[in-house]
Amino acid sequence: MNWEFIIKYLPLNRKAAWLTLRLGLLGIALSTLIGLFCAAVRYYRIPVLHPLVRVYIEISRNTPLLIQLFFIYYGLPKIGIPTDPASCGVAGLSFLGGSYMAEAFRSGLESVEAIQTESAYALGMSRFQTLRFIILPQAAAVSVPAFMANVIFLLKETSVFSAVSLMDLMFTAKDLIGLYYKTTERLFLLVAFYLVILLPVSLLGTVLERRLRYAGSGT
Amino acid sequence: MNESILSVEHLTKRYGENTILEDVSFSVARGEVIVIVGPSGCGKSTLLRCLNALEPIQGGEIRLDGETVDSGAKDLTRLRQRIGMVFQSYELFPHMSVLNNILIAPVQVQKRDREEVKAEALELLERVGLSAKKDAYPRELSGGQKQRVAIVRALCMHPEVLLFDEVTAALDPEMVREVLDVILDLAREGKTMLIVTHEMSFARAIADRVFFLDNGGIVEQGKPADFFDHPQTERARQFLRTFEFESVK
Repeated sequence: MNWEFIIKYLPLNRKAAWLTLRLGLLGIALSTLIGLFCAAVRYYRIPVLHPLVRVYIEISRNTPLLIQLFFIYYGLPKIGIPTDPASCGVAGLSFLGGSYMAEAFRSGLESVEAIQTESAYALGMSRFQTLRFIILPQAAAVSVPAFMANVIFLLKETSVFSAVSLMDLMFTAKDLIGLYYKTTERLFLLVAFYLVILLPVSLLGTVLERRLRYAGSGT
Repeated sequence: MNESILSVEHLTKRYGENTILEDVSFSVARGEVIVIVGPSGCGKSTLLRCLNALEPIQGGEIRLDGETVDSGAKDLTRLRQRIGMVFQSYELFPHMSVLNNILIAPVQVQKRDREEVKAEALELLERVGLSAKKDAYPRELSGGQKQRVAIVRALCMHPEVLLFDEVTAALDPEMVREVLDVILDLAREGKTMLIVTHEMSFARAIADRVFFLDNGGIVEQGKPADFFDHPQTERARQFLRTFEFESVK
């Protein structure tokens, strides 16, 4: 192991890690919004939107991110929409993540039994009050593990960004391997940086799960 | 008898092709305790659920103090506040403490002062022997305790009519008593109640009138002594026999 090499290229890696993290978090935030919207559409079976959302979810979940990125990156300019690597990466991640988040939130919503809603109605609560005070808090607790798993999954998926020439961790690693053939050091750095990003997220997930565990369990 | 508070006329309830209740009519006087008995699947619970519009009805009319209870009504939430309901499976909100379970609706729905409702809630909890559990979560309570909290939760809304849907059916035998005692206490206070139950001796003790429901209709009704000792119809006799055992020795 050549430590000097590792130290020399740390700054470049930090820059790449920062890019990975920034685009990843932006994509996750958008995924969450898309997911909330789609989950609500499916939970309340909103006409017209309901089948469209299902089609989106199936397409998004059953195609690889790499292909989705190529479609956006090379496809959109063909129909006159200019793309740049960064927004393309975020768009691709959101397109993929939206469906995973939708399913995570939907399973949370559907875990709250219908009779809980009835119990709230029997107390005179409106639909909105029932959603806010009764359904959402319980659904959130159930959704957290799946949500955190999705966050980690999406952060890892950012490694595909290098395919549309984003200077992320993976791209930097491949680039440097190509230049200096220091494969071991480069791959070591790559793994280390992904761990540095993902371990805290994973830990946060565990803490959140523990704190929320009881909220949804048992009447 | 006092004035009528709840009246049901020609109520019909169907699920698709299945008729659950057909042409059911009755009225309940203020302060009256009605016990509804009948074989399972006869529509007892459905009848209660229609009364606070948890189930839409396909025919007839339900009126609470002259106002129509209609599952499509705009002021449905206001009507429901006047009809309390306690479920077989308690349905406490698992993410809230006992006190918050009780306070949420009076404070959020009726916009009453939190401190005032809290004082009332604590007093009621004291009465059902659960003041020590006010900060506990539902998962920490026994079935009987949960059900007593559910009753207090319904009471804090000051409902004019209380519906009890087989509230002891999910309880261990030794917990049934503590819940029934609370309900007996409410009867003494003069609360208007409709109670669906399989506890026949309780029904006999608490009811002003017993309805025997079978095949979607009220087959027989009367004072508990008359109904239990001298049932008029063969179906009622048959039903009551299922609660008796022949000696085997």
